[in-house]
Amino acid sequence: MPQSAEKVLDHAPLFREPEYREMLAEKKLNFECPHTDQIVTDQREFTKTWQYREKNLAREALVVNPAKACQPLGAVFAAAGFERTMSFVHGSQGCVAYYRSHLSRHFKEPASAVSSSMTEDAAVFGGLKNMVDGLANTYQLYDPKMIAVSTTCMAEVIGDDLHSFIENAKDENSVPRDFDVPFAHTPAFVGSHVDGYDGMVKGILEHFWKGQERTQARGTINIIPGFDGFCVGNNRELKRLLDLMGVSYTFIQDASDQFDTPSDGEYRMYDGGTKIEDVKQALNAEATLSLQYYNTRKTLEYCDQVGQATASFHYPLGVQATDEFLMKVSAISGKEIPETIRLERGRLIDAMADSQSWLHGKKYAIYGDPDFVYAMARFVMETGGEPTHCLATNGSSAWEAEMKELLASSPFGKDAQVWAGKDLWAMRSLLFTEPVDLLIGNSYGKYLERDTGTPLIRLMFPIFDRHHHHRFPLMGYQGGLRVLTTILDKIFDKLDRETSETGVTDYSYDLTR
Amino acid sequence: MSLDYENDGALHAKLIEEVLSQYPDKAAKRRKKHLSVAKSGDEASEEGDVLSECDVKSNIKSIPGVMTIRGCAYAGSKGVVWGPVKDMVHISHGPVGCGQYSWSQRRNYYVGTTGIDTFGTMQCTSDFQEKDIVFGGDKKLEQIIDEIEELFPLNNGITVQSECPIGLIGDDTEAVSRKKAKEHEKTIVPVRCEGFRGVSQSLGHHIANDSIRDWVFEKKDVEFEAGPYDVNVIGDYNIGGDAWASRILLEEIGLRVVGNWSGDATLAEIERAPKAKLNLIHCYRSMNYICRHMEEKYGVAWMEYNFFGPSQIEASLRKIAKHFGPEIQEKTEKVITKYRPLVDAVIAKYRPRLEGNTVMLYVGGLRPRHVITAYEDLGMVIVGTGYEFAHNDDYQRTGHYVKNGTLIYDDVTGYELEKFIEGVRPNLVGSGIKEKYPVQKMGIPFRQMHSWDYSGPYHGYDGFAIFARDVDLAINNPVWGLYQAPWKTSPSRGRAMAAE
Repeated sequence: MPQSAEKVLDHAPLFREPEYREMLAEKKLNFECPHTDQIVTDQREFTKTWQYREKNLAREALVVNPAKACQPLGAVFAAAGFERTMSFVHGSQGCVAYYRSHLSRHFKEPASAVSSSMTEDAAVFGGLKNMVDGLANTYQLYDPKMIAVSTTCMAEVIGDDLHSFIENAKDENSVPRDFDVPFAHTPAFVGSHVDGYDGMVKGILEHFWKGQERTQARGTINIIPGFDGFCVGNNRELKRLLDLMGVSYTFIQDASDQFDTPSDGEYRMYDGGTKIEDVKQALNAEATLSLQYYNTRKTLEYCDQVGQATASFHYPLGVQATDEFLMKVSAISGKEIPETIRLERGRLIDAMADSQSWLHGKKYAIYGDPDFVYAMARFVMETGGEPTHCLATNGSSAWEAEMKELLASSPFGKDAQVWAGKDLWAMRSLLFTEPVDLLIGNSYGKYLERDTGTPLIRLMFPIFDRHHHHRFPLMGYQGGLRVLTTILDKIFDKLDRETSETGVTDYSYDLTR
Repeated sequence: MSLDYENDGALHAKLIEEVLSQYPDKAAKRRKKHLSVAKSGDEASEEGDVLSECDVKSNIKSIPGVMTIRGCAYAGSKGVVWGPVKDMVHISHGPVGCGQYSWSQRRNYYVGTTGIDTFGTMQCTSDFQEKDIVFGGDKKLEQIIDEIEELFPLNNGITVQSECPIGLIGDDTEAVSRKKAKEHEKTIVPVRCEGFRGVSQSLGHHIANDSIRDWVFEKKDVEFEAGPYDVNVIGDYNIGGDAWASRILLEEIGLRVVGNWSGDATLAEIERAPKAKLNLIHCYRSMNYICRHMEEKYGVAWMEYNFFGPSQIEASLRKIAKHFGPEIQEKTEKVITKYRPLVDAVIAKYRPRLEGNTVMLYVGGLRPRHVITAYEDLGMVIVGTGYEFAHNDDYQRTGHYVKNGTLIYDDVTGYELEKFIEGVRPNLVGSGIKEKYPVQKMGIPFRQMHSWDYSGPYHGYDGFAIFARDVDLAINNPVWGLYQAPWKTSPSRGRAMAAE
């Protein structure tokens, strides 16, 4: 009997015990009707070939292990970045359970959202009644300051019109007439979560800005972070930098406190977020900066229409990207970049110089959201690395062109390939046929690490199987230092593992590296 | 080893009244039917004494806007019933999200080479785009099936798990499945589990069960030499290895588990099921339908059992053995005797650390009742329980487990659960990922009772030891004593105990 009270074995060791191994082998042999080991081995080897890669990349319809989610997830994340705002997703209820679970699994935090719980009858008659009752219940039970409405694909397919539904609900006194209920249609069959983010932020800005007079407040800046699993660390780090500069700024959408509430005995359903009053005032800002262009295309267009100057970045991570961000902020605000920040920059450069020999020439595969992949590829090249495969399942042809331009700007990008719209099963073939030293992505990459042996560095949403990484910044010079250290740790850990065999390889098991 | 206790029914009735007072009238009226306090039962059934009655309405539409914790039919079919069948490719047919959020989240353990001969932890989707909605997705589905055959030739079948839009745009996934099954000589199962169908995961289970009946049974000649002690384990999804910790016991008492539905299952195990002598059903809610069908059509008897905690394990083993007669009964007694020292040691170690601690549960289809005795075996007290998607027959069965005065909540809302937990202040809450962090913020220990909080197995004797360890480490961790900053209040009320 393998189990004992003294040393309790859970699944990881328990099923390695002989009783279980034997039982599972018998089960397979007698009851599973498996393919022979030879057939399985042959197929496994075949999937490592160029021939399989060609079939794999030729796929037109089937998507396997995509690195993207659907629009409403982005909308729910976006709404979480505003003061006392409850997400109300109009459509089937299972979707909302999924968004909440997905966000909670990454942030290890509560994630609140409600559904209008539409069922078959609503599919036939429309979901107006669900909206009317639902808003009333949410308003009364959860005491929100704002309810942000988005849609599941069910509501989109049957064509429910949010604007008129919300007006109807107000007519029926579900919520007070002057209560804020911004909305965004977020069809899951268009774009991805980054577009849902865009739609929701734009919906909120339009709700508060439409028909309002704009009086430009010179030198003031709005900052829209975009969908960012590292918002907790990043937003706080950027605020620190902006405060050091003395800039007058407003984060439009800031989930850094909502997804990082303290444990002190009180459950805060709402915490932090952009204040409603600040959203209104933000109309007057001189400029709106987006930290992630592909998350905010429509929103920036709207900001432009209301008369604001706009600029966008691709996730300001690494040296030059941070430089550009700070210089832009400085140019708009008229505030100098202080000496303390220059010193911080110098410390990051110092660290990169100290470690350059370990990074130069390393090959990377990078996947994730379009702006993140752009940022990582750029930083990798700053360290002398080569971003061999750059993949974004939700990357467009415009992104592909921009990536190619970036890669062409550096000798370290000359062999790089850009894979827009491809999934992680395609990445598997890429890693087998054109291997790299390191893979940068999210938790889903662990299957690629298992199959191809490429060490995985988790730097993108969602990270389910490692804790608390999102609490630390990736953006800015401090963030750069963290990314650098994370990459180096992976390299050194691997080298130590490979050189640790006593009397065989441990001559290279150096104390100092 | 049933504990004798009674819960504070008066407090619970007051809590129900308080939460209902916060709803708009219409919603309060509807929610009232789902909340109750268990009352002493006076009827006894053949299952044993009815301890109490849980008189709530269930399996009714959730109210909009209240933050139900429920999922959908797709979650019930792809996530629960079909997803674990390891040698088939399950297509999440529709937009990308459903498959993405459910990808690898249910911890249905299996052995195999993923992507080659097994496909459990993969997310295969048709990733619907606007043009698919406008023009229909049947052509795309045909192409997807062809591409699966090309890239994953060792798959033993395919299921098409319909997401919401499929039913709304009028696609004919049945026709596509029929055509392609013929062409590729493979089992292809269309499952009409669109998320808007029904009121919860539950209808998805039912639809998935029906699709086994209609698209798998009697479709192939099954070559199989039936034996006298052949059983199927039905409704064990092998979460964290549960089914393995159960199988080892069933084999030890002399039975032959010829199919496990559906954790670590292959299609072959599903196909041969009607040839078994007995269906042993663990999750009654999600798979009773197919058991009833097998009973009617093939004369396979079925029996519910419970492998959580030693009291239930022993009772279940004896009940199962009785069905097969003296030879199995004799072996069963030997098995019970063999594990007795382990059980005693686990209880001796953990019961003193857990005795008297109160627990509130809110889970899915069987655990709100099935795990109760396992806690009681450790001296713990269940003060409240409820189901996401139970039916009336589940609440009837719950009466056999809960004590008088227990707080009962069906399809609880986020608001209600928070207020109930605040009002009761149990020592432990067992529920899901969405509930975990709010509860822990309140300073109350928590265990996820869907995923076993990434631990497990919890079934069987081996699992009971792990369950006891996990409950202990949740409740007796020092972190609960650190919540208050010492300059704000008097010294902490923590009661941590170091692991032994």
